Amino acid sequence: MRKKTQNSFSRNIVFEGQQIALLDGNVLRLKGNLTMKEAAHFTGTFFRMFKPSKYRYLDIDLSLLSNIDSAGVMALFYIQKQLKEKKIRVEITGGSETVQDKIRLFFPDTENTIASPQKPGWFEHSGNKVHHFFSSYVFGFLLLAANVFYWGITDVFRTRTRRKGEVVNQAIQIGVNAVIIIVFLSFVIGYVIALHSSSQLRTFGANIFVVDLVVFSIMSQMGPLITAILVAGRSGSAIAAEIATMKVTAELDALKTMGLNPNRFVVVPKLYACMLTMPFLIVLANVAGITGGALAANVYLDITPNIFINRMQEIMMAKDLWTALVKSQVYAGLIVLTGSFYGFRVERGAEGVGRMTTSAVVLAITLVILADSILGIIFY
Amino acid sequence: MMMEKEKVVEVQHLYAAFDEMVVLSDVSFAAFKGEVCVILGGSGSGKTTLLKHLLSLYPVIQGHVSVLGKDVSRLREAEQVDLYLQMGVFYQSGALINSLTVAENVALPLVQHSNLPKALIDDIVYMKLGLVNLSHAFHLYPSQLSGGMLKRAALARAIVMDPPLLFCDEPGAGLDPVSLEALDTLILNLKDKLGMTIIMVTHEVSSILRVADRIVFLDKGIVAFEGPLIDALHVDQPAVREFFSVLDNENMRELISAQ
Repeated sequence: MRKKTQNSFSRNIVFEGQQIALLDGNVLRLKGNLTMKEAAHFTGTFFRMFKPSKYRYLDIDLSLLSNIDSAGVMALFYIQKQLKEKKIRVEITGGSETVQDKIRLFFPDTENTIASPQKPGWFEHSGNKVHHFFSSYVFGFLLLAANVFYWGITDVFRTRTRRKGEVVNQAIQIGVNAVIIIVFLSFVIGYVIALHSSSQLRTFGANIFVVDLVVFSIMSQMGPLITAILVAGRSGSAIAAEIATMKVTAELDALKTMGLNPNRFVVVPKLYACMLTMPFLIVLANVAGITGGALAANVYLDITPNIFINRMQEIMMAKDLWTALVKSQVYAGLIVLTGSFYGFRVERGAEGVGRMTTSAVVLAITLVILADSILGIIFY
Repeated sequence: MMMEKEKVVEVQHLYAAFDEMVVLSDVSFAAFKGEVCVILGGSGSGKTTLLKHLLSLYPVIQGHVSVLGKDVSRLREAEQVDLYLQMGVFYQSGALINSLTVAENVALPLVQHSNLPKALIDDIVYMKLGLVNLSHAFHLYPSQLSGGMLKRAALARAIVMDPPLLFCDEPGAGLDPVSLEALDTLILNLKDKLGMTIIMVTHEVSSILRVADRIVFLDKGIVAFEGPLIDALHVDQPAVREFFSVLDNENMRELISAQ
């Protein structure tokens, strides 16, 4: 068998004037050093001159090798691995005691080669994604919502074990601290709405309708929406970050193993706080927005505050108020739920906290705008 | 005639995997009443995963885990809470709730799960904090404590309900030898005086020698050794031998003679 594939030519591998290997028939004799310096040149030259088709086996003889290091050992391993794929058997023989020691130390178990992870096909991949989306996002969100809803209602009656002062504390953080920015932004937006519509309305001589425009747009859309977006940005992110940090530092595990439900203990106070303060924030936003509009109407269209208020009383309905109330409760629920949903989902330490916070804000704002459109259609 | 010892925790043929990576394979062991059972093993041997299964923080997918005679995979939420109330958990990082003071942290299980009056709860908390030498930290927040103090506060919280079963996740990590010895003494006291069963994940050799009655040695997700500490020192299992080889012979002899 061996005779048939015996090769009779011989070639040298030379590095910096020194012969480092000799391919002699089916034997590769190594000479001198095979270290990090020589390894690249050695493997490169070897594969250039080696004609795999002519070989069934190759012996690598190390008896003349004086020095080898880990790079050299890996070069031999690399050759063995490459040739094995072409069904060429490689045997490494000989070598001094020190060379053999290093080979024993560095030569990897062939079984333990780095396995590249199997990639699923695109069909399986997209299927996985869809399944993942429904099972962990849609289902997970609904589950959290149901759980928080349950605890939110039952906790009203459990006054003894409720965390004292936590709702007030959260209400200050979520609500009171947001007042200034919300009032300021609503005022500016009300002013701008009136300003831009004034030039249009003046051409029609319909100055007085600026009141309708400002009041309707602020009351039914801008006020609630600006409030919700700002609260989502301020508190949605804060909630996500707080819960995520608690999860990373095992505080949530600790709560669970003390027999306390994290939803009840952490999420419910925030939900109460958000639901309590949101209507007031929206009212403040409405007042500020309409004031801004009234100011612009006074400046650009000479509509005095008196006229503005009279017209406003004619067109405002109670429906506008309770619509805002319903909206505030829906937005509050969505913001707290998305914040905590992403907080609970955090994985892999502190780096995850930032990512989850970002996702929480994006989803909270998206959901708020979606809910706004849906409620807008319902209460049209 | 030996009395059959009561099994407090029993794990049978537990397997666990994350995605495709098998973390625990065919793990079986038992911990007996009134003993300190140490789960040890190198990094990545599955200690934490095993502990989280015992605590029902991970669901049991395959195998059987029973804690205090209850199969943890078949518990309804209320039963689960009841079970949690009978065990204390001492987390590696302390895991104190950062928005509460130390006293409020320790009092939390009492406030939530008992009808004791506020003043009595305060007294209990003060006493438990005294046990771990931390009564001066009563009104401090966790962020104001040092690492060792955090751990002691966490231990106080874990034992505030006098649970029959205490889990400790690497209690020694980050403690100086003196504090560690004090902690070990406390754990031994809990065992001897309160008859607590203690399950401890650690790799502090000195601490193991002081407190362990029983060793469960995990190696790459497999139980390499289970049995009394004294046997673990003689066992002919490469991973276990390597672990205990850090002890010099003198230490070893002293210990063996002490036992």
